[in-house]
Amino acid sequence: MQEVLINTDILTEENIPEKTKKGIAALSTVGLTVTFDSRPAISDVNISFLKNKVTSIIGPSGCGKSTLLRSFNYMHDLIPKSEVTGKIIVLGKNINEYDSVGLRKKVGMVFQKPNPFPTLSVFENVVAGLKYTGNNKKSELEEICENVLKLSGLWDEVKDRLKVSALALSGGQQQRLCIARTLAVSPDIILMDEPTSALDPISTSKIEESIFHLKQNYTLIIVTHNMQQAARVSDYTAYMYLGKLIELASTRKIFTSPSEKLTEEYITGKFG
Amino acid sequence: MFFALSIIFVVLLIIYEMFIDSSQSREKFGFGFIFSSDWEPVKEEFGALTFIYGTVVSSLIALAIALPISIGVAVFLSEIAGKTVGTSIGFLIEILAAIPSIIYGFWGIFVLAPYMRESFQPFLQNYLGFIPLFQGTPFGFGMMTAGIILAIMITPIISSITRDVLKAIPVSQREAAYALGATKWEAIKMALLNAKSGILGATVLGLGRAVGETMAVTMVIGNRAQIKTSLFEPAYSMASVIANEFAEASGQMHISSLIEVGLILFGVTFIINSLARFLIFSVTRKADMK
Amino acid sequence: MRKEDLLFDKKNLRKRKIINTIMLSLCIIAAAMAVVPLIYIFFYTAGAGLTSLNFDFFTALPKPFGEDGGGMVNAIVGTVILIGLGGLFGIPIGILTGIYVSEYSGSLMSNVVKFITDVLSGIPSIVIGIFAYGLIVLPMQRFSALAGGFALGILMIPTVTRITEEMLKLVPQTLREASLALGISRWKTTLRITLRTASSGIITGVLLAIARAAGETAPLLFTSFGNSFWSTSLDQPMASIPVQIFNYAISPYDEWHRKAWAGAFVLISIVFIVNLIVRVVTRNKYSGSV
Ligand SMILES: Nc1ncnc2c1ncn2[C@@H]1O[C@H](COP(=O)(O)OP(=O)(O)O)[C@@H](O)[C@H]1O
Ligand SMILES: [Mg+2]
Repeated sequence: MQEVLINTDILTEENIPEKTKKGIAALSTVGLTVTFDSRPAISDVNISFLKNKVTSIIGPSGCGKSTLLRSFNYMHDLIPKSEVTGKIIVLGKNINEYDSVGLRKKVGMVFQKPNPFPTLSVFENVVAGLKYTGNNKKSELEEICENVLKLSGLWDEVKDRLKVSALALSGGQQQRLCIARTLAVSPDIILMDEPTSALDPISTSKIEESIFHLKQNYTLIIVTHNMQQAARVSDYTAYMYLGKLIELASTRKIFTSPSEKLTEEYITGKFG
Repeated sequence: MFFALSIIFVVLLIIYEMFIDSSQSREKFGFGFIFSSDWEPVKEEFGALTFIYGTVVSSLIALAIALPISIGVAVFLSEIAGKTVGTSIGFLIEILAAIPSIIYGFWGIFVLAPYMRESFQPFLQNYLGFIPLFQGTPFGFGMMTAGIILAIMITPIISSITRDVLKAIPVSQREAAYALGATKWEAIKMALLNAKSGILGATVLGLGRAVGETMAVTMVIGNRAQIKTSLFEPAYSMASVIANEFAEASGQMHISSLIEVGLILFGVTFIINSLARFLIFSVTRKADMK
Repeated sequence: MRKEDLLFDKKNLRKRKIINTIMLSLCIIAAAMAVVPLIYIFFYTAGAGLTSLNFDFFTALPKPFGEDGGGMVNAIVGTVILIGLGGLFGIPIGILTGIYVSEYSGSLMSNVVKFITDVLSGIPSIVIGIFAYGLIVLPMQRFSALAGGFALGILMIPTVTRITEEMLKLVPQTLREASLALGISRWKTTLRITLRTASSGIITGVLLAIARAAGETAPLLFTSFGNSFWSTSLDQPMASIPVQIFNYAISPYDEWHRKAWAGAFVLISIVFIVNLIVRVVTRNKYSGSV
């Protein structure tokens, strides 16, 4: 039973598992600590995310899931008095070899609440990341737009409404639009921070469906506090508690026979 | 970034320029400028005391009238009026703050000053004439009218900031007061006491506006350089003397002295406004942190 | 015990209730007193102004005293030109400063800039007039539209800055994050996403600044001065509505007073309409769906 993907104990500076037994890590961290106002929100996190797999991060509210996720695309830059220490390896390179724009092109992000740009149309939203970084070829943009809308399962619903304001779409459609927008800049890794927590069950299932298709080409890291969702969509699941990574294992193992007592308590609903 | 710096540059340049352009007067009169009430362009004798006096007294009158009314308005807007009434009256008061001062002055000349001369001041004289402040001929144009028009002009400022400060006080505090058996007014009184540094800030900001106000005062204060006890008498303010004499100043020394008056005006409003911002900032920041 | 426990003495309930009623009524009266001058000034100006507000007012030049008719077209065009000149640099600087203060908030520099903006907005407008005089009129050796426009531009900056800052702060942080997460640079994000989302609010801020500048009189008295004739040369004295109102208002002629009232009515209408627009736009902002 070698189900445990990465035993955090054996992870050190020297042996970051670029190649693990199960595949290649698209993103991994060593001793990652993030502090706000010198109070740690997560501390000493060692974790790896496998390429072309879906990994869920679960844990009670406030345990640092978003903080962890946001350190993967320099989102903490925006917050004064935040500090990130430790090592993050993204696609085989140390994160500080990327500038923020370059990193964010490789590591896209979908947020908790759908946040399309309100002054732009559906089409403009999808291609914003390309257009505002210099790609202005209309035919190319149109082609990409169609592709990514298909990938996010929205194409059929909006193909006749590309020119209308993005705010005219329903909440669930807006979120899929945001996914399409992220796909358009062709990242390798997609971070999703509770992408369905603001949506109804039907929209949620549509998004979960597209997540399922996306993992063929992308590495997905999804924060959720809905355990059923983690069980449904992810290959691996990480459990966090009070700023620490407690356990990372295949989803099946986490939900059937977790190694850690804390994980078990959470899964069985003793707290959280 | 460059533009952000340009605004700092502008303010520094204003100070620098007024300093340089007033050097002639500053060298000749020194600090005596502030304490002398001579203002005789022909003899080239200049002192700003009468203008400082006019500005200070008219502003104080304005505050004395505007403060209680503004607090009443703020309480009305934040605690008494319903949403619709509150927003519409709030809107009217905002407009009141936006009306150009030239219009207040114009209205002052044709409506307020005659009314003061014919009704209000004789009335005061009848009943309170034993007080030296209300003796002498009711001119209409003078210190009191200037104070009243300034009061009308600063009420919107003081009341809208006071309203914001009151709104920043958590509802829970008022609920706690009610729970202890307070009447509505007693609960409001507690809120006002808690907001007092913010209200002080609003008041000081209103004072700053009154001190710098030019056109409305110029049009009703009577523009006579004198210091009199009676509030009915004409007076002169710092801003008014600049407005009236600058374009037609008789010589270098005259201009330089007017600019020195401007420099004093700048210094005073600068101190007043910094104080006000500090007071308001300290209250709203406390509210943010809760 | 604390003060509030003593305050809410159960025994004097009757007396406390009476005080409650009196104080609350006083607040309502205060609100009424604050609104009355507005209504009075508005209707008085409308009454006095509308009668001489005709086609000529907007199209004809002023006539010398004694001749009937004539208008203020030179002053109207003058005001437009002066505001245009001022807006040319005042609006961009104001917006860019607002962006800096809002999007780079937290840094020491942005706090300094915010403070300086507050200082600038507290400087009496007549002092800005002196500044423009020293910077432009003195070297040119004559009054000019350029100097007046410069003064108005400086006066616009703080208004535009503040509203830009406020409107940008209303843009949800997640929009900025979404844009940055797409690999769009910070500057492009501000320009293409944040600014664009806040644009309607910023436009109202600009309108507000224009309305305020349109009524400014004091800083024009000795910069653009005034002109009874048609002139569009920027290096010559130029007429403006408020200065014209002032000159007419302090003249002894009834005919001129009526003209001035008409001008005053035009100014009040501008203020009223602009504030109404601002109200509507900002309300939509607060209840916006984003
Ligand atoms: N911008 C911030 N400033 C200060 N503290 C923060 C900030 N963001 C998050 N935190 C703190 O970090 C901890 C983890 O938060 P977060 O990562 O958002 O939790 P989760 O997403 O798991 O609910 C919390 O205690 C939170 O208060
Ligand atoms: Mg979170």
